[in-house]
Order: sequence, then structure tokens, then C-alpha cells
Amino acid sequence: MEQVSQHADPHYDQEANKLGMWLFIFTELLLFGGLFIVYSIYRFLNPEAFQLGAHELNPTIGAINTIILLVSSMTIAMSTSSLQKKNKGLTVLLLEITIMLALVFLINKYFEWGVKFDHGIWPGSEHLINDMSRGEILFFGLYFVMTGLHALHIIVGMIIIIVALKRVQNGTVNENRSSLLDNAGLYWHLVDLIWIFLFPLFYLIH
Amino acid sequence: MEKEKHHIVPYKTYFYILISLLVLTFMSIGITKINLGGYSVLGALIFSTIKSVLVLYWFMHLKFDQPFLRFMVGFVTLVFLAVIFITFLDYYYR
Repeated sequence: MEQVSQHADPHYDQEANKLGMWLFIFTELLLFGGLFIVYSIYRFLNPEAFQLGAHELNPTIGAINTIILLVSSMTIAMSTSSLQKKNKGLTVLLLEITIMLALVFLINKYFEWGVKFDHGIWPGSEHLINDMSRGEILFFGLYFVMTGLHALHIIVGMIIIIVALKRVQNGTVNENRSSLLDNAGLYWHLVDLIWIFLFPLFYLIH
Repeated sequence: MEKEKHHIVPYKTYFYILISLLVLTFMSIGITKINLGGYSVLGALIFSTIKSVLVLYWFMHLKFDQPFLRFMVGFVTLVFLAVIFITFLDYYYR
């Protein structure tokens, strides 16, 4: 009989956990990828309307949110290193910072969408349907769907990070069993990766 | 033995990657401020692509992982690019 020397639980396989997470990330990439294709085709068909629509968006808020997400990606990446270095306190602190940054991102998003609502722009609003061209309706439809789906991923990411944080605190996630934190990190970087393309395509190009 | 396949990335590496990402972000904001016409989309996408490679390689650890993960990510990217290419062939030549 083979003896497992390292762990009491033989069912833990770090490489398999990582591979499973990557397969899930591929489905997410293709989901957003499909939306990016829809965006690029409609932009190709309605170039002027998309430029007009982009003028409504605030590139400063977009840039601030970009910086927030990039910094939070660094803090969660650092937390995986500090867990390996057996520095539990720092790991917890870095995860807390990541969660706070995610919250700030969502608050910015709330105000950003609020301004659009004040201007009478939301999916199916009278102002949008009656006063704007078909291309602008498409632009704002894609804007709300894509940034909304992204914000939903931020919320899910926060929940996963909170679970990982709790389990780092109670010790079930540790330097020998770090998959949950590693995968939470991968998910968070995915959210960052999507924003890296959303930001220039919606906010910068006019 | 467990330890040697587990590469711990130093904090300062992550910090340098963040600085590079921020610099690239400001460069992409800068390039879209200049009026380059149709090329500003291309410019912004080039910066985004460089940024995503940095995120994938360092933040997402692909640089330190087994080569088959890099291969899979590359393959998915190629499939995605092929779908974009074919879709645009259709719309461009209608």
C-alpha cells in the first residue's frame, strides 16, 4: 500500500484545482469575448453614433476605476505570496484592502450610473428611445449590459474573496492548501482583465 | 520537494508590474487624446493587449506555471481571434 506522506487528505490536488479554475475562466473569456464582438460589429456599422454615445461617458471616473482595479489586483496577488511565506496577518490585511477597493469601485459605478439615470439614459428609457438614433440606443444598451455584467462579476469576486479571507483566518486555507485563495486571485485578475478592455473601448475612444 | 515547484513571487515584482500597468494606462489615455482618427482604436487596443499579457503572465502566474496552461490560454486566444476575423470578413464584404 502506498503511503501519502504530506497530507492526511489525499483528495487535494493543487494542479487540478488550478486547471479547473482556468477552464472556467475560458468560458468567462468567451462570454465577454462574444459581447466584445457584438460591440465591434455595431461600432463598425454605426461609427458616428458610438462616438456621440462615448462623449456621454466620464473618462475620469473610468480612469479612477481602472487604477482601483489594478491596485486591487496587485494586493490580492501579494496576498498569495504572503500566504506562502506563512504571514497570515499580512495575508488577511491585503485581502481586506482588496475587498475595500472592490467596494470603492462599485460605489463609483453607482454614481456613474446615477448620472446616466439623471440624464434620462437607461435601457428602454423614453429619452433614449424617442430622441436618440438606433446606433446610440445600441451603444448605451451595450454599455449597460457589459459594465453591468462586469459589476456583477465584481460582486461575485468580493463574495469569493470574503470566503477565502474567512478560511485564511480559521486556517483551513494555509500555505499547504492555498487553492481557494489562488483561485480567488485568478478570478479577480479575470475581472481586471475584462476591465482592461472595457475601459478604452467605452470611455476613451471618441 | 513540495516547496521547489512552488514559486513564491516577491512583493516587489508585483509592485513593478502594477507600476508598468499604470504607466500603460496613462499612455493609452494619452494616445486617445491625440487625434489619430481610426488609429486611436488600434492604439488603445495595443496598449490593452500589452497590459493583459502582463496580468496573465505575472498576476495570474502563467510565467511560473506549467507550459500547457500557457498553451491553452494561447489556443483560446487564437480561437477568439479567428471568430472575430471570420465575423468581420462577413460584414466587410456584404
